[in-house]
Amino acid sequence: MSVITIILVILLAFLAGCESVVDQFQLHQPIVACTLVGLAFGEPTKGAILGGTLQLIALGWMNIGASVAPDAAFASVASAILVCGPAKLETSNGIALAIPFAMAGLVLTIAVRTLAIFIVHLADRYADRANLFAAEALHFFALLMQGLRVAIPSALLLFLPPDQITAVLNSVPDVIIKGLQIGSGFVVVIGYAMITNMMATPRLWPFFYLGFVVAVLADINLVAMGVIGVCVAMIYISLAPEFSKKAVSGASGDSLDSILEDY
Amino acid sequence: MSHFKNENKLSENKLNENKPNREEVEVMADDKKRLTKKDLISIWWRTTFLMASYNYERMQNLGFLYGIMPAIRRLYKDKADKSAAMKRHLEFYNTHPYMAWSIMGVVASLEEDKANGGDVDDAAVNGVKVGMMGPFAGVGDPIFWGTLRPILGAFAASLAVGGSLSGFLVFFLGWNIIRMSFAWFTQSISYREGTKITGNMQGNQLQKFTMGASIVGMFIMGVLVPRWTTINLSTVVSSKTGDDGVQKATTLNDTLNGIFHGLPALLLFLFCIWLLRRKVNPIIIIFGLFALGILGFWLGFLALPTN
Repeated sequence: MSVITIILVILLAFLAGCESVVDQFQLHQPIVACTLVGLAFGEPTKGAILGGTLQLIALGWMNIGASVAPDAAFASVASAILVCGPAKLETSNGIALAIPFAMAGLVLTIAVRTLAIFIVHLADRYADRANLFAAEALHFFALLMQGLRVAIPSALLLFLPPDQITAVLNSVPDVIIKGLQIGSGFVVVIGYAMITNMMATPRLWPFFYLGFVVAVLADINLVAMGVIGVCVAMIYISLAPEFSKKAVSGASGDSLDSILEDY
Repeated sequence: MSHFKNENKLSENKLNENKPNREEVEVMADDKKRLTKKDLISIWWRTTFLMASYNYERMQNLGFLYGIMPAIRRLYKDKADKSAAMKRHLEFYNTHPYMAWSIMGVVASLEEDKANGGDVDDAAVNGVKVGMMGPFAGVGDPIFWGTLRPILGAFAASLAVGGSLSGFLVFFLGWNIIRMSFAWFTQSISYREGTKITGNMQGNQLQKFTMGASIVGMFIMGVLVPRWTTINLSTVVSSKTGDDGVQKATTLNDTLNGIFHGLPALLLFLFCIWLLRRKVNPIIIIFGLFALGILGFWLGFLALPTN
């Protein structure tokens, strides 16, 4: 293992960690991450085979709403290190280990997404001072944490014997992993509560409850919900007394021109 | 032109316009703050990193601020305005990362209007963001995560399992070309259309727009609370053996959802609002919710969703 290989692999692990949250360039997808790690070890074929196989497993892993899917980034990089790296594991063993790695990665990314709350609170403080640069820096500091949460465990994997690592992975109690997963399913309500608290006026609450009861109709997808919302808003505005006052005075004989003049 | 308009003050030309007098028109034309092409390209690139500071309290809020920053820098010179704009965009925001460009374009045009004296208040800007983010995420999730990535991924994987690098190249290049062009295309359209909408609004119409945006925002929030919250109260309330001999358990979740679909999520949500109004720090609430998850699983009254 040359120094260049080590640096490249850790760099790829870092980028995969960033991508696991950014989800744009897809560097965290198994087919990309495993192939690139394989290339760094000079084993592109092994990497591509592992990546292709893991990609098929991970096809349905997606972050929807606020729920976090098993972590493809750490699973891909870690398995590729064990299969293509000095440990020279069989591809099938690498694939079997990918699932516990994905779970470990999931816990780590939940931890970082929670720590990022403090970053956002710091950003609030800089917003008071109109400090845009500080907000930019904080934004990337949060990304740095996501990169490191894959890069550091991957670096350890390069040097530690694989059986020791699986022992550590298995020692994390199920209640913590499952409990955090359950928590990440409903922790979003705090975000909803904050923005609703900001927008809400007594006059607007009925629209919230209207949306809430209509949500039961699963056949109405969010796009259709948007259409309903816009229709409701248009109907309200055309009927609401505070907006129709002028139209009423118009009906009582004023010319259209002067109504518009009064605006 | 403006002289002509002044002379025809009562003519049909004045329809749906509330033009200021000639002097004001000229001043406005000179001072009108506009985003440059460079700003728009910068917003496009920055929005790539929308998710970088994703957090459990307000999700993509800092990411949105990071994306819209070129507009803030261009439009607001005054420190107080800058600070207000930053706070405005640090509110909760979450959508599909690829649909964000469509919303970014509209918000950029709204900010432009606001900076030029338009009566767009914070609730309107956030109403537009919330009103769009739900439906747009509803478009993005099935298209990108549900369809495009599995199809492209499965095709590329079929090439890769043979040991060829072509699968990797097809996936990586194909995906990013589609993504980046889609992003630029949607942002440009929504910015242009957003400018058209806000550009034609005066006085009362803007109030209507503000109210309308808030209504759509609240309505969508009502839809999202039960839909995007996953909570499974697994305590068994009753169980009976069906005709086929299979034990069928009714959980507390089933019972509450039977009364009112999404009731557990609504109760948790209202509890959070109640705590927020009592000035409880959101961070404490978040840790409390995670602790609830672990405790609930340990004691057996919470479980992972069954389906």
